[in-house]
Amino acid sequence: MQVEVARSVTPARGGRRRTHLRTGILFMSPAFLIMLIFLIGPVLYAVYVSGTNMALTGVGAASPQWIGFSNFSHILQDNAFFNALRVSLTYLVGSALIGQAVLGMLLALLMRHRHPVFKSILGAIAVAAWIIPDVVAGFLWYAFLAGGPQSIVTPGLLNSILSTFGLPQHAWLQEYPMAAVIVANTWRGTAFSMLLYASALEGIPPELFEAASMDGANIWKRVRYITLPLLKGTIATDLVLITLATLSDFTLVWVMTAGGPGFKTQLLTIYTYQQAFKFYELGYGTAISLLILAVGAVLSLLYLRILRIEL
Amino acid sequence: MTIKLNRSAPSIIAYIVLVFLGIFFILPFIWVLVSSLNTSATFSVTWPAHPSLENFQIVISTGLVAQPFKNSLILAGSTMLLTILLSGLAAYPLSRYHFRFKSALMYGILFVSALPILAFITPLYALYVALDPIVHMIDTFHGVILFLVASALPFNIWLMKNYLDSVSIELEEAAWVDGASTLTALFRVVLPLSAPGIAVVGVLSFTGAWSNFFIPFIIFQNPDNLPASVNIFSFFGAYGSVNYGQLTAYAMLYALPVMVLYITVSRFFVKGVNLGGVKG
Repeated sequence: MQVEVARSVTPARGGRRRTHLRTGILFMSPAFLIMLIFLIGPVLYAVYVSGTNMALTGVGAASPQWIGFSNFSHILQDNAFFNALRVSLTYLVGSALIGQAVLGMLLALLMRHRHPVFKSILGAIAVAAWIIPDVVAGFLWYAFLAGGPQSIVTPGLLNSILSTFGLPQHAWLQEYPMAAVIVANTWRGTAFSMLLYASALEGIPPELFEAASMDGANIWKRVRYITLPLLKGTIATDLVLITLATLSDFTLVWVMTAGGPGFKTQLLTIYTYQQAFKFYELGYGTAISLLILAVGAVLSLLYLRILRIEL
Repeated sequence: MTIKLNRSAPSIIAYIVLVFLGIFFILPFIWVLVSSLNTSATFSVTWPAHPSLENFQIVISTGLVAQPFKNSLILAGSTMLLTILLSGLAAYPLSRYHFRFKSALMYGILFVSALPILAFITPLYALYVALDPIVHMIDTFHGVILFLVASALPFNIWLMKNYLDSVSIELEEAAWVDGASTLTALFRVVLPLSAPGIAVVGVLSFTGAWSNFFIPFIIFQNPDNLPASVNIFSFFGAYGSVNYGQLTAYAMLYALPVMVLYITVSRFFVKGVNLGGVKG
């Protein structure tokens, strides 16, 4: 992910290859064993469950039956699912791809060569936003956006600031729910991208920039022709990771809007939760989860294609 | 290491932009800071008439802190150490050696981890119930830790692999020429150089485990074993009149250990060591 220096041991032949394979397997086995038992196992079981009508009450509880792709075809005929898909994708593009990645890159670029104390403070604040648990972050934003003309609660900080400047107050979570959760998630997750890009930037030899500026390249050119190409691997990693993380996001939006008003901010995960837990339809809920996973997988492969990355 | 401070015009613009971004990041926190000192706090950000630490005292004294925080530390600390160790080990062959199914393997493990956690709960619980005759997992710390580690590994193996990719192979080969085994070279040459990677993985895995609510909630049955993440969730979801002062005080205490870890470890994020032994 940093500048790619010679990294692989020359492909081994014969006995050397066997040693590599043996060492490789030895090193990887503890991790893969744990993942196999505690991750893959439950996932396979989840795949099975998604083909049943398992539930916590009613017929599905007493004797769950295999119903094949029935859950999936129901989902694909459900308007609520497509709404949730649309909401999740909007949320993803807005808060992760545009919000966190761009802002993270901007912060990482701007913070180079700044005073270290300033960097630590700003960095710590950004990281604090990322590190605090979802519940707290959701509630922070709920409080920040509270109030509005018809609200019975005291105005939160945003509305207070607006009223001091004579600008109109709004019930943000009611009137602009998607914008609110997108901004909140951007605020929340930017630090991760910032950290990735900052440490990757450290790996670029400064001589490259010096040579470029001596050749007359200004900042934008340097960023476009040196920084970004060299960071392609990091960008791909970042996009993949934040996509998968954002698609699984639940608590932040749940605390802020509970998927409302109406269904305006009902993410796929919130839709899943309501299907699986409120209506106790485990089979159905699990099927939706697998579809979320599929969406994430497709998107990730897309990024890697576009950025022409190879592992 | 001398730091080159840039004082030119673009630099000033950069500072201005950064200050604006800093304000953007800090605004939502102001409410927490101010309310935690206010025994009759509301959503509005007003300096309390009688600022006090009473909220903190109440939260600490009603046993919401001591035991849960201890449990959280055990869970998060163990998860962090195991994740660093196992992901570092696993990432090494993935970074250094060629094998045909490498890509598929890496993608596979990553996508598996992408399944939303809600889908894991039932299967995991069923698995633990099934394992019970062999090894007791329900309501145990190792039962929770093993899953937390398992869910942290894919992400972190990817990260570690990427960091290891940037440690030049020549350095290791130099060590091998000097007679070091693979393991020795790994520990004495590669690991120190991948300190930023280890630091990020450490912070990520600790934070992930610290704030994980679902798994401890499902696996633990004895309320004394519950970590702070579960407590805070029920605190926030409390019906009836919510005391925002105590809520914010609890939130601040809850975020504290993670912040301390980050501050301690953040200096390792920057790769500053120049061994000078590798050109270009």
